[in-house]
Amino acid sequence: MDLGVIRGIGTAILTVSFIALVIWAYTPGRRQRFDEASRLPFLGDDDPSGGTR
Amino acid sequence: MSDTNAAAPEYELGVVRQFSIMAVVWGVVGMLVGVIIATQLMFPDLTHGIPWLSYGRLRPLHTNAVIFAFGGSVLFASSYYAVQRTSGVALFLPGLARFTFWGWQLVIVLAAITLPLGYTSAKEYAELEWPIDVLITVVWVSYAVVFFGTIARRRVKHIYVANWFYGAFILTVALLHVVNSLEMPVSLFKSYSIYPGTIDAMVQWWYGHNAVGFFLTAGFLGLMYYFVPKQAERPIYSYRLSVVHFWALIGIYMWAGPHHLLYSTLPDWAQSLGMVFSVILWAPSWGGMINGIMTMSGAWEKLRTDPILRFMIVALSFYGMSTFEGPMMSVKSVNALSHNTDWTIGHVHSGSLGWVAMISYGALYHMIPPLFGRARMYSTNLINVHFWLSTIGVVRYITSMWIAGLMQGLMWRAVNDDGTLTYSFVEALEATFPYYAGRLAGGLIFFAGMLLMAYNVWKTVQPEPAPVPQPARAAA
Repeated sequence: MDLGVIRGIGTAILTVSFIALVIWAYTPGRRQRFDEASRLPFLGDDDPSGGTR
Repeated sequence: MSDTNAAAPEYELGVVRQFSIMAVVWGVVGMLVGVIIATQLMFPDLTHGIPWLSYGRLRPLHTNAVIFAFGGSVLFASSYYAVQRTSGVALFLPGLARFTFWGWQLVIVLAAITLPLGYTSAKEYAELEWPIDVLITVVWVSYAVVFFGTIARRRVKHIYVANWFYGAFILTVALLHVVNSLEMPVSLFKSYSIYPGTIDAMVQWWYGHNAVGFFLTAGFLGLMYYFVPKQAERPIYSYRLSVVHFWALIGIYMWAGPHHLLYSTLPDWAQSLGMVFSVILWAPSWGGMINGIMTMSGAWEKLRTDPILRFMIVALSFYGMSTFEGPMMSVKSVNALSHNTDWTIGHVHSGSLGWVAMISYGALYHMIPPLFGRARMYSTNLINVHFWLSTIGVVRYITSMWIAGLMQGLMWRAVNDDGTLTYSFVEALEATFPYYAGRLAGGLIFFAGMLLMAYNVWKTVQPEPAPVPQPARAAA
C-alpha cells in the first residue's frame, strides 16, 4: 500500500478516536459518575458535598 | 477545613514532609545557581576561570537543580499527598516510599558533585553519567510501584483525574529516561550514546520535549487538578473536559519533539510533523487552563484575600501564555527568527517560573501547614509579598528575553545590499548586554521571593514552644 494511504488511515483512526472520546465523555448518562469523581479531593472532609457549584 | 475524621485512615505523611522541605531547599539552591550564571553571562570572568565554576558546568547544574531537585521534590511530595487523599488509603509499601526520598536526594547530591567536575553525557536535561542513570531508574521504578500500588488499593470507585496525570507522568518519564539513556559505558565516569548522529538528536529531543511535556506539564497538571479545587473549596469546573484534556494532551505531546530540530539534518517530513503536532497541542493545553481558571467561577472574590489561590490562578495564566507561545515558536517561519536566540530562554522561563514554580508554591503553601499540624502558614502577608515578587520577577525576566531574542534574531538575519551580513555576532552580543541586566534583575527579584518562602516555611515548621509563663513585657 502507498505510504500516503497508510498515513491517511492513521489520521482517520485518530480523528475517529478523538470524536468517540468526546462523545463518551459528554454522554449525559455519565454525568453522575463524573460528578462523584470530581468530589474525590474532598474525601473525608467535614462537608461531604465538598462544596457546591 | 479539617481533612480528617474518625473514618479517615492513617496517611503516610513523613515522606511527604521530607519532600516538601527539600523542595524549598532545592528551590533556593537551584535559583541561586540561576542567578550566578545570569551574572556570568554579563561578566564572563566573574569566577576567574575556575573550571568547576565555569558557565558550561554550572548551567546544567542549574537546570538539573530546578527541574529535577526542586520540581521533582514537589512532584513526589504532592503526588504522595494527593494519591492518598483521593484514594482513601495510606501509601503502598511506605518503606519503599522512604527509599524514593533518600534515593532521589542521593541522585541530586551526585549531580551536584559530578556536573561541576565536568562529568557529562552532553545530553540536555540528561547530562548525568551512566551510574547515576541506573540509580534514577531504580528510584523511579520504586516510585511507580508505590504510586500505582496505592491506586490499586484505593477504597473508592474512581481514579481521580489528578492521579491519571500523575500516573502518565510517572510511566512516561520512565520510558523517556530509559530509552534516551541507552549508552555504552567505557569507564565508571564516561559513556557514549548508542544512537548515531541525527538519530541521537531525534531521540534526545523526543526525550527533551517530553521531559517538558510530562515532567513539567502532566505532572504539574496533576497538582493543578488536586490543589486548585482544594484551595478554592469547590470541585473542578468540568470533569468531562478534564477527561478529554487528559487523553488529548498525552496523545499529542509525544510527537512534538522535532520542533527542537527545525532547520537541522532531521528529515524535512519529521520537522513538519513536529511543527503540526506542536500547533495542535495548543488546543488541549488551553482546555486544561480554562478548566483550572473556570473552577474559580462564582468564587472570584477569594482571589482578593487568598494569595495561595492567586499563585495558582496566575500560574495557570502563565501556562496559557507559554502554551500559546510554544506552538507559535514551533512554526518554521517564526522559528527561523527565534531559533538559538534568547527568546527561547524567555519562553522556557515563562513556563518554568510562571507555571511550574508558581503552581508549586501554591501547592506547597497549601500542603505544608496540615503536614506539620498547623492551621496556616506562619505569615500570610509574606505569602502575599512572595506572590508579588514572583509575578514582577518573572515578567521582568521574560520581557527582557523577548526583546533580546527578537533583536538578536533580526540582527543575525540582517544583510546588506551586497549580500554581506550587516552585523557581526559580537555586535549582537553587545546590544544584548542591557537585557541581560534586566534578566538578572528579574531573576534576583524572583529569587528573593523564594528566600521569603524559605523563611516562612522555616517559621511554620518550628516546634510550637511549650506554654511557659512569661513576664508580661517579654512578648512585646
